Parts: sequence; C-alpha cells; structure tokens
Amino acid sequence: MFARLLYESFRRQKRRKLLAGVAITLGVAVATAMIAVATDIGDKINRELRSYGANLLVTPQEDTLDVEIGGVNLKPPSDGNFLSEADLPKIKGTFWRNNILGFSPMLPVNVSVDGSGHAQDATLLGTYFARKLTFGKDQFTTGVHSTNPWWRVEGSWPADDSEDVLVGEHLARKLAQHPGDAIDIAGQSHRVAGILSTGGAEDDQVVAPLQVAQQILGKPGAVRRVYVSALTKPEDALARRDPKTMSGALWDRWYCSPYVQSIAYQLQEAIPHSHAEQIRQVAQNEGTVLSRIQGLMLLVTLAALFASALAVSAAMATAIFERRREVGLMKALGAGNLAVAALFFAESTLLALLGGVAGFFAGSLLAHRIGRSIFNSQITIQPVLFPVILAIAVIVTFAGSAAAIRRAVHFDPVFALRGDA
Amino acid sequence: MSSAPQTPQSVAERRSGSTHRSMFLRMLVRAAVLRRGRAASALLAMVVAAAVATAMMNLYVDVQAKLRKEFRSYGANIVVVGKDGASLPPDALAKTESVLGGRGIAVPFAYVVARTSAGQSVVVAGTDYDRVQRLNHWWSVSAWPSGLQEALVGMRALPAVSPDGKPFDLSFQGHTIHLTAAGTLQTGAAEDSRVYLPMTEFFVWSGVPPSTIEVAATGSSADINAIVGRLSEVLPTVDVRPVRQIVEGEARVLGKTRATLYAAAILIILTAALCVLATLTGWVFDRRRDFAIMKALGASEGLVSGFFAAEAAILGVVGALLGFIVGIGIAAWIGRVNFNAPVVPRFSVFPVVLVGSIAVALLSAIVPMSLLRRVQPAIILKGE
Repeated sequence: MFARLLYESFRRQKRRKLLAGVAITLGVAVATAMIAVATDIGDKINRELRSYGANLLVTPQEDTLDVEIGGVNLKPPSDGNFLSEADLPKIKGTFWRNNILGFSPMLPVNVSVDGSGHAQDATLLGTYFARKLTFGKDQFTTGVHSTNPWWRVEGSWPADDSEDVLVGEHLARKLAQHPGDAIDIAGQSHRVAGILSTGGAEDDQVVAPLQVAQQILGKPGAVRRVYVSALTKPEDALARRDPKTMSGALWDRWYCSPYVQSIAYQLQEAIPHSHAEQIRQVAQNEGTVLSRIQGLMLLVTLAALFASALAVSAAMATAIFERRREVGLMKALGAGNLAVAALFFAESTLLALLGGVAGFFAGSLLAHRIGRSIFNSQITIQPVLFPVILAIAVIVTFAGSAAAIRRAVHFDPVFALRGDA
Repeated sequence: MSSAPQTPQSVAERRSGSTHRSMFLRMLVRAAVLRRGRAASALLAMVVAAAVATAMMNLYVDVQAKLRKEFRSYGANIVVVGKDGASLPPDALAKTESVLGGRGIAVPFAYVVARTSAGQSVVVAGTDYDRVQRLNHWWSVSAWPSGLQEALVGMRALPAVSPDGKPFDLSFQGHTIHLTAAGTLQTGAAEDSRVYLPMTEFFVWSGVPPSTIEVAATGSSADINAIVGRLSEVLPTVDVRPVRQIVEGEARVLGKTRATLYAAAILIILTAALCVLATLTGWVFDRRRDFAIMKALGASEGLVSGFFAAEAAILGVVGALLGFIVGIGIAAWIGRVNFNAPVVPRFSVFPVVLVGSIAVALLSAIVPMSLLRRVQPAIILKGE
C-alpha cells in the first residue's frame, strides 16, 4: 500500500515532482561545482603563481661572492665553482619530482659584442630554452620557456642545440640589431634569432644556448646556478623548524611534505656539491596570496551551499504545502500522523536521491567547464565527493521539508477537505 | 479652508477615490498581517537572496583591491634606473614621489664595488632602511642596524667580510669605512652577497649617488602604465621600466581569481533567485481564494493584477533593503576574516540589487497569476 501510494504520487503529479526535482538538481549542481572548484583552486592558483618564476636557486656549495650590480657581473667569469650540467637531470629524480615544474641552468659570461659596427661589452647568459632531457625512463622538457613565462621574444626562440642567440631589447636598440641579423660575439658570428624583452636585467644581455656560453668560457659542462620552479605547500610552523633538530618521525613528515625548505634539501641531496636556497621574494609571498584566495573561495562556497540549501527547502516546502487536501483525505480514511509523515519523508528522500545524482553529474560538468574556461585545465572531482553530496542533498531536503510536513500533518482533515486551511 | 462650493459630485468622486486607495492599502496590509507565516517566509527568501547577491557583488568589486594589496608584498613593480649605469639626477626621488602621490613606496638604492681588507671584492649598497622594510617584506633580517658604522650584511657576504664576527674595513677609491655587522640579511637572491648601509652614511663614504629607485605602485595595470608614462615624462634622462615578472604574474593570478569569483557569483545569485521564485510562486498560488473573492466581488482583471503586482513589488523593495544591509554585513565579515580589512560597502550595488529583487518578485507573481486568470472564480471558491 505504502509503495503504491508512493508510486502513484510520482506517477500522477509528474509536473509538481519535476519542479521540486529540478530545484534539488540545480541546488546540488551548484553546491557540487562550488565544492569541486574550491577544493581544487589551491592547486590551480599555485600553478598560476609559478608565473612569478623560479622559487628555488641552486648554487655551488663553495662559491665565491657574487659581485653583480643590476645584472652586470663584475667578477672574473672563471672565478669560483661551477655545478656540472650532467647532474641536472637528477633534479627529476628527487622525491617531489612531480612538483618540480621546470628548471633553468644559467651561465653568465662577459663578452664583447659587435653588431653593425657598434662594439660593446655585455653579459652573455647561457641557458636552456626548451631543452628535452631524459632521466631514467622519464622524458621532459625544461628551460626558461616554462620557468620564466614573462620573457617575450620578437622573432623566434633559438633551438637549444643551435648557435643562435637572443639579444635583449635595450642592447638590440643600441646595436641596431633585428631578428635574422648576424652578430659577432667574442669573435664568432652568431645569428640573432629574436629580440628578448623581459623588463629585467636580461634586456641588456645576450641570451644563448648553454653550450655556446660554455664554449666561450672554455668550460664544457659548467653551470653557474640553476633556477628551479616547484609547486610548494605554504610554510607553517613545521616548515620553519631546523631539520637537524627533528626526531625521526617528525623528520620524515618534514621530508615528505612539499615545503620549499624540504624541496631545497632534496635538491641539495640530488646535485653534488650544491647549495639550494629558497628565493624569498617568490617563495614567501606565494603562501599568503594562496591562503587568501583559498580562504575567499571557501567562504564563497559556504555562501553557495547556504543559498542552494535554502532553494531546495523552499521548493520542498511549497510542494508539500500544496498537498493539504491529500493529507486531509488520508487522515479522514484513518491514516495516522506517522503514516502521513512517513509517506512525505519517503517522497523527499526519493526526490533528494534522484536530484542528488542528477545534480552531482550536472555540477561535475559545470566544474569541468569552469576549469576549462578559466584555468585551461581539468578540475579533478574526488570520488569521495559523491556520497558526501548525496548525503548533504538528503539532509537538506529533509530539513527543508520537515517544517512543512509537520504543518501538513497537523491540519484538521475537515478544514483541509473543505479547502479552508 | 477652501471656499470653493462642494458639489455632491465632487465629494463622491473624492470619496470614491480615497476609499479606493485606502481599500487597496488596507488589503495589502491585511494580507501581510493575516498570513504572516507565509508572508514572512517569502520575505525571508527575498532577504536572503538579496543579501547573498549584495555580498557577492560587493566582494567581486572589492576583492581586486584587496588582493592587489597582498600582491604588493612581492615588492617593486617599477624600476627607475640611470641610462647605461649612470647615476640618477639628484631630484629623481622627489619627482618620483610626487608622481606617486602617496599611492606607493619609492626606495632609492646606490651601489659600489668595495674591497675588504683581504682584497676581496664585495658589492656595497646604500639605501633607506625604513622604506626598504616596507617595500621588501620577504627580507629576513636578524636585526636592523640603528647606529652609525653599523651595516646589514648579507648571509653569503658575511664569511667574506667578517669571518670571525669582528668589525671590518671596506675601502672604495681610497676611502675606508670601519663597520660592524649589526644584522644579517637573507633573501635567497643577489642581496645575500651584499653589504647594506644607510644612504647618508654611504654617500659620505663613497660619494656615489643613487643609481636605482625601486617603486611599488598600487593600482591596476592601467594605473601602473600611467605611472610609468608620467615618470618617463618628468624624468626624461632615465630609464623607467615596469618589472614584467611582477606585473604579469599579478595580472594572471588576479584575472583567474576574478573569473572564478565571477562564475561563483553568477551561480549563487541564480540559485538565490530560484529560491525566491519557488517561494513566491507558492505564496501567490496559495492565495487563489483571495483572487477569486476579489473577482467575484467585481474587481477588474487590471485591479487584481495590480494588487498582486504591488504586493510582489513591495516584497521586492523591502527584501532588497533588508538584504542589502545584511549582505554588506556578510561582505564586511568575509573581508575581516580573510583579508583582515573590512570590505568597503559599495552603494552603487544597491540599485542593481533593488531592480533585480523587484524583477524576480514580479516574475514570480506573473507566472501563477496567468495560470489563475484562466480559471473561473466559482471553481476556485468551490475549492477544486
């Protein structure tokens, strides 16, 4: 009998049920999309923050003091120690290798540049542009293209195995250089592949593939420093502690967290005779910006949950309120309060489950669209979200209908049937 | 008192007019009072929707300014440097500050390469400690020097200039200065290899004026470009460059955040409108007996429609007013919790919320009304 009542209620009141179901579906869809976006936004913004450039710097351990003003190196170029280029792929062998988005080795050399008859001393910076490297079975591409996204080239990027160079825009103006011109660097002619604009010291420099700089310096395989761009976790109390004072379990936790400090430590382990340090300007600010944006999205998600809960309960209340006459009839035929309430609750649960499932998929689609259009990447939806969303849908629908059901149950059947309620 | 003769006709006209109006008002008021439960729930839905909409719009407008402030902790976004490494004109800092007009900080830097007593080259920089502290929050400094002959020494420079922690000498073009390392500086970048001195002391010793001014200007990228343009105008002999690394990174992150917030705001406002629609539709539909009685008593279609529309509009206005106040409160709370600064109320949002609320309320009244209009009053009164 109960099952038949339930079935008939859905069969006969299709329009009304559809309306309530649509309200639940929409509410759940909005909630799902917002929760999915809010849980994933940390990772997405973290990646966007990487457009600020590298947050770690690896230098030789026993290095001499840098003597550098405004990007111009005043130290004899062969002075001091170097890292070995052959060790660099090992960066991709560290514990947090998947968090390391890219690295760029740098080797500055002082050279004399001669283009169109103007001779001048300048710094030549050897680096990777988009170099293909392998570590074990992994193949990856790294270089300034990914670590320094604000670098802009008019013309084309040189290939990493070519002799072509980029000329900084200020230097190019002084030397009257254009893409495709030939330029004399340290007595050798190179093709200018493009004009580089960075808004930094590189605007007055020549940027060349790493092996060109090594050749000029006469030190094959030498690298002065390596900039590493890594996804990190915002610093907390544990991150700031000195790892040397930690106990075993704590140290493991520190080592296995992607703090900028522990990634620096692992880089030092991977590259022999190196010293890795966070670039505080980038690394320290990431945490604050990230936590602000995450906090904002969390609060906005709360508002979204609240609004959708309200929409669902409003729809349910209206749907039940319209069925007083039915309640009157049921009670006149001898149904108890419990039986009436049970019927309504069963109906709401069914609606909530149906709406919840539909809403979850609609919301996943919505989150997917948001991810695509804003971040150009997938927003991952944790499977654990599904039961959570379903539970929330049922609870909210229950809570929304409770007051209306209570009122419906307490109608006097006589009034309800006469239509005076 | 007016002395105009009062004809019975004019009295009747006036009376009928006033009765008409007062009856209309009374019906509106009684409808709200008698069915306060339903009216209150409809109003509540309206208030919540208006509040959520207000809060989201306020946040959307204000969050950019709030986040920009956070982004300024990344430091300078404009650098002013002498052309080809030349020094800046002596009035460069004053001119820069006048262009900024308080909307940012300008910090001068001067650099020389000095020699330690062991013959090692080291870069010595002169700057303004107070300003640099406000510009570069990420500088990790053990102690800021306060007295004369005290220097701030970079972590990597420390072993070179003062390996045993004793006072040290630095010489530049025959002038020697005697210093103690009052504090150490760590940044992970070029600053670690330098020794920092207060600007006046640096100038007395080396005679070299500032060659760089780092500027952290607040505002949108258009504001920054305008500042760069005006700086190049007042300082024609120097190079003014935006720091692209900082400016572009900020624009990118900010753009994505705003887009996400925009999507969220639209979703939330739509949901809230839906909630109002559901509640109000039910409310109007519930009152089909009032509707039938009015029609049975001879009210015209227009009057009845006008009555329900007026009711919905009043609900919209009251809901928008209350919701606006609540929404500003919510936005301020979010600002305080998340940014440690309240979100400034934007009253420009109010007309939008008001019009939106009335529109949604009217829409929710029109749908059930058009359904009811097709039904004979007798059928409704019979209760079918």
